[in-house]
Amino acid sequence: MNSVPKHERSPSPLEYLTTKKDEFVGWARKFSLFPYPFVTACCAMEFMAVSSTPYDTDRFGAALPRFSPRQSDLLMVVGTINHKQAPVLRRVYEQMCEPKWVIAFGACATSGGFYQNYAALAGIDKIIPVDLYIPGCPPRPEMVIDGIMKLQDRIARDRHPIFTEKF
Amino acid sequence: MAGGIHERIAARWGAQALEAATTHGLLALLVEPALVAEVARSLKAEFGFDMLLDITAVDWPDRAPRFDVVYHFYSTRDFVRVRLKARVTVEAPVVDTLVPLYNSARFQERECHEMYGIEFRGNDDLRPILLYEGFVGHPLRKDYPKQREQPLVPYLK
Amino acid sequence: MSDRPPLPNPIRPAFAPGEHAGTSIVNIGPSHPATHGTVQIVAELSGERILRADVHCGYLHRGFEKECESHTWHNLIPYVDRLNYCSALINDFAYCDAVERLMGIEITPRCRYLRTLLAEYSRIADHLTCNAAMLMELGAMTAFLYLVMLRDYIYEHLAAVTGARVTYSFGRIGGLANDLPEGWLERLEWILGQYDEFVGRVHGLVDRNRIFIDRLRDVGVLRTADAIDWGYTGPVLRSTGVPRDLRKDTPYLAYGELDFEVPVGIKGDNYDRYYVRMREMDESVHMIRQLVELLPAGPISVDDRRCTLPPKHLVYTEIESLINHFKLIIDGPQVPAGEIYSAHEGANGELGFYIVSTGGGVPYKVHCRAPSFVHVGGIHRLLEGYQLADLVPTFGSVNMIGGECDR
Repeated sequence: MNSVPKHERSPSPLEYLTTKKDEFVGWARKFSLFPYPFVTACCAMEFMAVSSTPYDTDRFGAALPRFSPRQSDLLMVVGTINHKQAPVLRRVYEQMCEPKWVIAFGACATSGGFYQNYAALAGIDKIIPVDLYIPGCPPRPEMVIDGIMKLQDRIARDRHPIFTEKF
Repeated sequence: MAGGIHERIAARWGAQALEAATTHGLLALLVEPALVAEVARSLKAEFGFDMLLDITAVDWPDRAPRFDVVYHFYSTRDFVRVRLKARVTVEAPVVDTLVPLYNSARFQERECHEMYGIEFRGNDDLRPILLYEGFVGHPLRKDYPKQREQPLVPYLK
Repeated sequence: MSDRPPLPNPIRPAFAPGEHAGTSIVNIGPSHPATHGTVQIVAELSGERILRADVHCGYLHRGFEKECESHTWHNLIPYVDRLNYCSALINDFAYCDAVERLMGIEITPRCRYLRTLLAEYSRIADHLTCNAAMLMELGAMTAFLYLVMLRDYIYEHLAAVTGARVTYSFGRIGGLANDLPEGWLERLEWILGQYDEFVGRVHGLVDRNRIFIDRLRDVGVLRTADAIDWGYTGPVLRSTGVPRDLRKDTPYLAYGELDFEVPVGIKGDNYDRYYVRMREMDESVHMIRQLVELLPAGPISVDDRRCTLPPKHLVYTEIESLINHFKLIIDGPQVPAGEIYSAHEGANGELGFYIVSTGGGVPYKVHCRAPSFVHVGGIHRLLEGYQLADLVPTFGSVNMIGGECDR
């Protein structure tokens, strides 16, 4: 959907500058995740626990849920997605601006879990790309926090192209 | 108390019912499909069964009238339940709607319609409720394969 | 992007724009921040007032009944858990009770009291979740954090006995998975003390708060006759002023021996639903305190080889127990042919299981009479005539749980 690939190489004279820039942008981005909770099912109970006092994702800069996909950069798919819900999820994903990441929260979002039948979608990665899978039915809050930290590591290490060929 | 009401219902409808028996503390009546609305009206008006709990169906693929349509009624006055069953064929799976008697029948009949293909005569709103527009077939029938999916969104490669 | 066909619309609304002059149609959901649970409402508005509402559920339909027909009786318990995931233990026990009645099994006294205790404990967790979510959606973040903190104590405490925080899979046909661990009841007493503390603070924050009274009082009013006609049960029905509670009306488990009241509302509005839930939690705490006193010693599972697994040491040393274990796992418990409807008072209302067995280890049909589904069927009655913003507390106070509504 974006005409510029995510891992576009920068022109070589700017190599040193962009390396430092990537580190800087990665550092800044990893602490300003704005999640969009696409909450459907049982995992919502754990999502509530994770985002409130006892576990507190605020510590990771991922506390403020944006309930508009256009303002968020992290799509957390929390719970089972069925075929009726699939067009809605797909549309929400398309409405988000780049850069964006997707977390499949729980077994159902990852693979359909133990719902292997006519109704349930066997994993959201059949319809949207996923960056991180958190297993568990539902996952314990510690696993969610671990997942968020892993995603932050990845964001920090990513290349963040600003100078591109078109630029 | 409960026994008394069951006996009075059995006395009132036992002759017209195909079967009437008390199982697990609940009176089960099996009637002709044409009688469903009349029996329900009588249960509500004469015996105080003011709440329709549940409508569902059971599929018996090898039996001649293939479906049982099953209703459960509850009396919030006497705290007893009654089960009403009617057998309908797969060619004409039609019973009369209970919406004029109980508004809670609206959603339940929609669910039963999409899951089993039972037609509720007189209910003009039988849109899909748990399934979606464009879903072909009735998933809770025994001949619907459990894993036959009908995705709305094309899968990624 | 533009060459792809547009995404299909899974629903067909009951009314289209332009039927009435001066009205507008808005769509709310299915992924909307103000409705917990995935539900879609197509509403016709005149200004900000809702004239008609068309409610669609099914966004969490997971084929529960179809799954049930291909698993053994015991393997269903995890599926049953995920119906009302706020109070999974109540579902477990309601399902197990239905199967036990079909098999003619009488559970042991300790199991009976323990199930009652755990069911009431789950009810507290459920009502905490419901009220916390409803208050958060009205902006009361502090009350939400208090209630979720308390709920987290309960989750961790239940995890100590069941091994899981939300979905426990703890009931067994003929008993429970295991007995209470050491020191569990002492910790329970401490948590009940915390309950008084936290819930007291929420009462102080909310009950006489002008903002909440204005948002909740006389909003979403339901009369008793309508409630019964539309099939409402549980706290919603009780909030209209009738004390209909299966725990009192048709006592099951150990409820017949307990002393408790059935709190009722006056008007059947959102405030009453909020308050009935708060009072019910107090009653549950009262019941738990009695049950701790009453809890007898003894085995937790019946000594019946048709459903209870033999002790592990016998499985390793005795051929009969090994075969028994194998048959129970592979073929499942053999449930005699018959059909049964058995109902428990779930956290949201009458949770009934209609089970048909043709004999053998796999159910022929398991149908769940889910209170949320019936409630959603009549919820437009609570929305029509009120402001669009009132939709938020009304949905919150009815407590529609997706897993149970859509199954």
